[in-house]
Amino acid sequence: MSEVKNVLVLDKVSKSYGENLLAVDNVSLSIRENEFFALLGPSGCGKTTLLRMLAGFETPSGGCIYLDGTDISPLPANKRPLNLMFQSYALFPNMTVRKNIAYGLEMEKLPAAEIRQRVDEVLATAQLGELAERKPDQLSGGQRQRVALARALVKRPRVLLLDEPLGALDKKLREKMQLELKRLQHESGITFIIVTHDQEEALVMSDRMAVLDGGKVCQCGSPAELYENPNSRFVANFIGVSNILEGVRESDNSVMVRNRALTVESAVGEIRGQAVALVIRPERLQVLSSATPLAEEQACANRVDGQIVEVAYHGLDTNLHVQTALSDKPLIVRVPSSQFEYAQFEQGASIRLGWQARHARVLTR
Amino acid sequence: MSSLHADRKLSAWLLTPGLGWLALFLVLPCLLVLVYSFVERGAYGGIEWTFTLENYQRAFDPLYLGILLKSAKIAALATLFAVLIGYPAAYAIARAPRHRQPVYLFLVMLPFWSNYLIRTYAWIVLLNREGLLNKLAATLGYSGDPISLLYTESSVVLGLVYNYIPFVILAIYSSLSRINGELWEASRDLGASGWMTFRRVILPLSVPGIAAGSVFVFVLSIGNFITADLLGGKQVQMVGNLIYAQFLTARDWPFGSALSFILIAIMLLLLFVQALLARRAAEGKA
Repeated sequence: MSEVKNVLVLDKVSKSYGENLLAVDNVSLSIRENEFFALLGPSGCGKTTLLRMLAGFETPSGGCIYLDGTDISPLPANKRPLNLMFQSYALFPNMTVRKNIAYGLEMEKLPAAEIRQRVDEVLATAQLGELAERKPDQLSGGQRQRVALARALVKRPRVLLLDEPLGALDKKLREKMQLELKRLQHESGITFIIVTHDQEEALVMSDRMAVLDGGKVCQCGSPAELYENPNSRFVANFIGVSNILEGVRESDNSVMVRNRALTVESAVGEIRGQAVALVIRPERLQVLSSATPLAEEQACANRVDGQIVEVAYHGLDTNLHVQTALSDKPLIVRVPSSQFEYAQFEQGASIRLGWQARHARVLTR
Repeated sequence: MSSLHADRKLSAWLLTPGLGWLALFLVLPCLLVLVYSFVERGAYGGIEWTFTLENYQRAFDPLYLGILLKSAKIAALATLFAVLIGYPAAYAIARAPRHRQPVYLFLVMLPFWSNYLIRTYAWIVLLNREGLLNKLAATLGYSGDPISLLYTESSVVLGLVYNYIPFVILAIYSSLSRINGELWEASRDLGASGWMTFRRVILPLSVPGIAAGSVFVFVLSIGNFITADLLGGKQVQMVGNLIYAQFLTARDWPFGSALSFILIAIMLLLLFVQALLARRAAEGKA
């Protein structure tokens, strides 16, 4: 494997407003060449402030931002080879689509012929050719989004920053644009950093992502890593749906939850008596019945009986909410709808669930 | 729908007092002026009900046309200076922290709390031969004759700019403050300097405000007669003074009416152009 090159390195970057408000707290991240990176977090987690520091609209209170090894913190926004796609798109209402896109190149004082050629190219890629002479107010939301993207991409930035780029679009269009953005990123070879509060969006689009909370990075890694191995209750809750059981560490391979010892994967050197949380994803819980093959049932080290309190049909899957003795909140079990038998899963029916030891993550945070 | 119908009926009722007032006290007198401008003057100041175009012909006599053109020139200069001085102020207010903007706007409006006449008289105190400015010049070592700053075209322009500049500031401020703040950042992000951002994005988007403010100043200035009277004296006569004289001194109501109507026509034309600009700007907005 070739060596991974970092394009952008954030070294202990902080931003405080006044004395008490720490919007970004000691964030260190490395963003790789040609990567689709997502900054994910709830509103107020500092992700937008972080992005604005990268773009040059906020000055870090501490730390450095390196682009290709050079500290860009002192550079003003108009001197940075990074471009930002604004959440509001911020298209210039007094200019046509073509002029909006050409604006950034005109500021670079490129020859008119080159500007024309590059604008034409990007108009074609973004499928905006026919709208070139329109003003922004004559465009739909999706079209405006494409113009904003084209306007930033035409500058061929080292890194493209996207602030909630799909927030204003409806669900269908959003899903289409997610794939579209991924395709554009691959084709252009430009590093994308996207800010979003939508965990699904981050999972679908990014190569790697960082989850932020309270100005700090909670966890950074590939979508699969973060989904399968969350390192904290916060990440487990924020990404996807999690069943969280609160308990106490009993031994290297067991956790006590409400007076029941549950088997977990063996880990050496854990502190007995420490409060921990068990996280089990809904699709990892198995419904056990007389029809379940013996081998499968035996693989489940943990079994619990419960009662179905709700059946939620989602098309592809069906979510069963099962009340057990392990927690106050019902456990959520996801079963493929193709295996769904109405007689079996009725509200109020008794049910037995099981899971393998390796499918429960033990979290201390 | 019945509720929609009721709504319409209600708005008609709500509009009636305002529209009635305007019709009775604005439209009707204007129509009267229009009629007067096409009849002959009576021998003793009344009117003779004979149709004539002579009043308009007279208005284009070089003597009167000159006054009209000079009025337009003074109004145009006042507009120019008001915009040049008012724009930076409006810009500064629009870019100030949001919670401070009302305070600055209040300060802009403050002069309106005193009477127009008194404000204009104050300028006489400042500008006359024994006035503050001449005294100041003397203190600074100027030893020549006192300079007559008063009773010139410049002093009239000064007075007009001073009195009408709040309108310009308010009009430009309102169009600047409506510009999405992210546009500044977007322009910077795309590599533009502060000046470029202003020239290519902010200035074009504030044209409706400049137009509205300009029309305001121009229309109020060209018909103004108090400022010309107080600060221009006998030296500077504007069309407003001429009309005043026709109605009150010369008792030639038909001619005064014709002059008034020419003025109204100019104003209507300007307002029309300004409305057109505003509509084009509105169409260009997201």
